[in-house]
Amino acid sequence: MSLATFLQHCLTGISLGGAYALIAIGYTMVYGILRLINFAHGDLFMIAGYLMIFTLADFPWYIAIPIVLIGTVVIGIVIERLAYKPLRSAPRMSIMISAIGVSLLLQNLATYLFTALPRGYPEIPYLKRIYQFGPLSASFVTFLTPILTMALVFLMVMMINKTKIGMAMRAVSKDYETAEIMGIKINSVVSFTFAIGSLLAGIGSILYFTDRMSVNPFSGSLPGLKCFVAAVLGGIGSIPGAMIGGFILGIGETFLVALGFSTFSDAFTFILLIVMLLVKPTGLFGEKATEKV
Amino acid sequence: MLKINHLKVSYGGIKALNDISFEVPAGKIVTLIGANGAGKSTTLRSIIGLVKADSGEILYNDTNIVGLPTNKIVGEGIALVPEGRRTFPDMTVLENLKIGAYLRTDKTQIQEDIDWIYSIFPRLKERHWQQAGTLSGGEQQMLAVGRALMSRPKLMMMDEPSLGLAPIVVQEIFSIIRKINNDGVTILLIEQNANMALRTADFGYVLSTGHITMYGTGKELLENEEIKAAYLGKKKKM
Repeated sequence: MSLATFLQHCLTGISLGGAYALIAIGYTMVYGILRLINFAHGDLFMIAGYLMIFTLADFPWYIAIPIVLIGTVVIGIVIERLAYKPLRSAPRMSIMISAIGVSLLLQNLATYLFTALPRGYPEIPYLKRIYQFGPLSASFVTFLTPILTMALVFLMVMMINKTKIGMAMRAVSKDYETAEIMGIKINSVVSFTFAIGSLLAGIGSILYFTDRMSVNPFSGSLPGLKCFVAAVLGGIGSIPGAMIGGFILGIGETFLVALGFSTFSDAFTFILLIVMLLVKPTGLFGEKATEKV
Repeated sequence: MLKINHLKVSYGGIKALNDISFEVPAGKIVTLIGANGAGKSTTLRSIIGLVKADSGEILYNDTNIVGLPTNKIVGEGIALVPEGRRTFPDMTVLENLKIGAYLRTDKTQIQEDIDWIYSIFPRLKERHWQQAGTLSGGEQQMLAVGRALMSRPKLMMMDEPSLGLAPIVVQEIFSIIRKINNDGVTILLIEQNANMALRTADFGYVLSTGHITMYGTGKELLENEEIKAAYLGKKKKM
């Protein structure tokens, strides 16, 4: 493999990894606050894909993108309000089962409404334009994805560490009740978390599907699972961890395909998960399991 | 300032508070003493809105606050120092204080109050950059008190501030409680350390199994034979 091809695959891998990372952050943030693995997150990503198909049919891209992002955020918040909020004080398993239910509901609803046939994902010409950097050539979206991902991760980390709402999120993730007696409204913090997670899933969906050309009702489920693995790999609850996990998966998969093992590219993800859980269950940047109280 | 009338609270059919009434006059220190499971913590938790009352009234400055969400009650000027301190272990001391002022928006005033807290607890100033989880028990208790004060409460409720602390630290905590009270904050204190609590308090109520069984000034209760036998570990004279 020549250096140019190697770099080309690196770029593709990082780009795929960036899209994974954006979705993985949604898993990790919701887990941090609610200790819930939001299985519906991958399907929200699929719904965002369909939203884009329908809005871009009627609007230019610079209006369609905000509509899609806002729509995804609204759906994310509605899911939380209807399916998770009533179970706030229920055992954790119930809310997890509710999440699986929402996931199946979204998949089947999409099949019913849009049929199971894949629909072509519309092209945004600016994103598809090919650029050449020395020996590397790729579409604009391939260059944009990792940069945008890192910028968003930086913003997230700043928000969580420096702002008031970030402080409230950290407080709620540690101790509901004490956060409440500080005057923090738990429900607003949870809604805010879902809003951010959904926004990132919406952005991730635009970047991911632009490179993949089609959406079907199940195109959220495998990427969703992979991004969950990315979140576990990086240490669930950690945002930079989710990003690193996403990059590892993206690069790993791309190279397996490049080396001719494309049949194993999905298996790679899950083998990595098993190995990680056996060796370091808290992930690369996970919280320590026990804390002095 | 605070008036509780016929408050009843139950957890899934088990009565935790069975018709209790008491009063916390403005500017005073009032203590509730009683054994484990008497309903002391439940009383505080229902005042701050973490637990729903079945019936009865909690009048704060003559308005009933039963049913208000916790953030409204905190906004009205009631703060709780929870049992076991519950500081946020991976936030710094300074962040813990800042989160206490979560509902406030007056930035310069908040900074002044942080300085005021540092003057009460110089140890917190020395350690303002440390994670709260690395503090000793006594320091964490001071931080929990400081954090509650950051909301500028008119009424501060404290749940077992002496729990698990060395006697000398307990002394320090109680002298600070008096100091805070002198600064104009009304205090409702829950204690198992009845001796310290009654010495500090202006009024005391004895709670047992969901009822108020006795009340009086701190001094009266300290000298009461039954209380001596039950809570202060002194023998009844026959």
